[in-house]
Amino acid sequence: MKSVIDRAATRKARWEREVLEPALKKSPERKGPFTTISGRPIERLYTSDDVEGIDYDRDVANPGEFPYTRGIHPSGYRGKLWTMRQFAGFGTPEETNQRYKDLIAAGGTGLSVAFDLPTLMGRDPDHPLSLGEVGKCGVSIVSLQDMERLFDGIPLDDPKITTSMTINSPAPMIFAMYLVVAERHGADWKKISGTIQNDILKEFIAQKEYIFPPRQSMRLITDIFAFCSNEVPKWNTISVSGYHIREAGSTSLQELAFTLRDGLEYVQYGVDAGLDVDDFVPRISFFFNSHSDFFEEIAKYRAARKLWAEAMKNRFGAKSPRSWQLRFHTQTAGVSLTAQQPYNNVVRTALQALAAVLGGTNSLHTNSLDEALALPTKEAATIALRTQQIIAHESGVANIVDPLGGSYFVEKLTRDMEEGTLKYWETIDRMGGMVEAIERGYPQKEVAEASYQFQQAVERREKVIVGVNDFVQTDEKPIEILYIDESTAARQLERLADLKRSRDNDQVRRTLDALKAGARGTANTMPLLLDCVRAYATVGEMCDALREVWGEYEEVPII
Amino acid sequence: MSQKIRVVIAKPGLDGHDRGAKVIARALRDAGMEVIYTGLRQTPEQIVSAALQEDADVIGLSILSGAHMHICPRVMELLKEKGLDDVQVVIGGIIPDVDIPKLNGMGIKGIFLPGTPMQQIIDFINGHARARV
Repeated sequence: MKSVIDRAATRKARWEREVLEPALKKSPERKGPFTTISGRPIERLYTSDDVEGIDYDRDVANPGEFPYTRGIHPSGYRGKLWTMRQFAGFGTPEETNQRYKDLIAAGGTGLSVAFDLPTLMGRDPDHPLSLGEVGKCGVSIVSLQDMERLFDGIPLDDPKITTSMTINSPAPMIFAMYLVVAERHGADWKKISGTIQNDILKEFIAQKEYIFPPRQSMRLITDIFAFCSNEVPKWNTISVSGYHIREAGSTSLQELAFTLRDGLEYVQYGVDAGLDVDDFVPRISFFFNSHSDFFEEIAKYRAARKLWAEAMKNRFGAKSPRSWQLRFHTQTAGVSLTAQQPYNNVVRTALQALAAVLGGTNSLHTNSLDEALALPTKEAATIALRTQQIIAHESGVANIVDPLGGSYFVEKLTRDMEEGTLKYWETIDRMGGMVEAIERGYPQKEVAEASYQFQQAVERREKVIVGVNDFVQTDEKPIEILYIDESTAARQLERLADLKRSRDNDQVRRTLDALKAGARGTANTMPLLLDCVRAYATVGEMCDALREVWGEYEEVPII
Repeated sequence: MSQKIRVVIAKPGLDGHDRGAKVIARALRDAGMEVIYTGLRQTPEQIVSAALQEDADVIGLSILSGAHMHICPRVMELLKEKGLDDVQVVIGGIIPDVDIPKLNGMGIKGIFLPGTPMQQIIDFINGHARARV
């Protein structure tokens, strides 16, 4: 082994002396720094000596084989293309329902619901903090009635069009609404599939849409694991998300390490709640960002599959290959989009989407060109979907599985991402786990620091953002944007008042009291929430019932 | 007595995306200002009362959710009520072009959209904060 490395080192040294140095004398390299967007130094050349320690069968393996570095499907996208799942939601349920029908008509193959901030924070439109926020960043969902409007005319049991819902603290309430709508459409819970994000840990780390304290929040999640393994076995119970950690300013490595460590935390809590690993882990999926540094992102996805497979097998003793196989959704990086020269965002998004596809994503959302300015217009959303279709049907990259496997650079970078992740895991394990690490502010501090370092690099123009700190244009014409007015708030307030007049308020009170009693004890909260939903209790009322029992979380802000 | 400019950075509304607020808080501190970050989900009342207690010269609001046309008028009204008319209010975030003249009309001159260099914000605050005596 040593002599092989020596030989390789000599080979590289000879090349550097005889070929590189004379060339550099004539034409020196650019000033650099030659680093990824996350600040990772990159060498000018990778050769076979960089992959000396990597064993193909053990560390890489063919697609469909443990540890799945090259992908979980033996035939990659030759069998089924990734799901083109565009995240959408704004205004009233009816407006969003129309956008979904437009996306399906344009060839979208999955739905993804964006909720407005009051819904995400478990507040009804008549709460003072909801002022000005109803229907702005997503669709407003107050009660079962709204959920019925949202999915009107959309088949919930069609395996070809599954729905993902980006909801976290109120995930059990929204999921319960979805299940009741499915029931009323005549769909069988045993057959329906879909996803709820339901990932509270990254909310504490990054996006901050938490309501209850960490441990009570974790209980809601294990309640869903247990409920689904019996009642809704095909449902993806959690989408463990790095997307928001990255958007909050983390490096690529931090996104990978914290997200997978969050995943381990959920598995541990599930096991501690008495569940069998192979019963619930196959329904855990992941959600990553695709940022602008092309190869670093591809390496991240490849490393993610390997790390998860090995952790499930070795750390948790999972026996089922379905527990080992990491499935993930990807969204291109919203934070990389610029308000300046917005058409450039189409190009950024296309490159990021290509990285996700080369990394083997199972589903993908591509951002729209106008998202640094507002929620997307229908035209912008269509171009974003077309970007995926061009990659899928014109570029040829979907013909081959893991085309970058075996690249000296990509394999080395994959290994580096893996090693970096294991180091972060060690630190977090020493703290007692991710919940404990979050309580100490550890991942929050890491992310805040990385985000500040990146901003400084942009200010110094070490990192160029085209149209922002270089190649600036002063004669830009504004583009048309989607403007959401106050009519949604007025309509939702009126409907809420109507609902409170027409429903059986005694029944609402009884179901909410039963929920509170369950929360004080150890009963599974899902059946209790289903009763509340059937009685037309609102999202705000159900969350308030739990706030009353568990209190609300408040963070100590870390700058 | 310190002559440092005192800035309250606040994140009103329900949104939790605090990357911008935190980065700007740290950049202003590094530029020699006294920065107080209120944390998340502050009502206009809480923000103005923080400005009063902290003897702030400047309030920086970070708003991305589209709720600015509700939050900003209320903050300006409360400042007037408390006699804090000379506190300079600046906004950073996603603000549609059509709303900018309306916000200017309320007395909010510093509106910083995505991609604004930190130095531009620092210079604006240095040039517009009320004089400390």
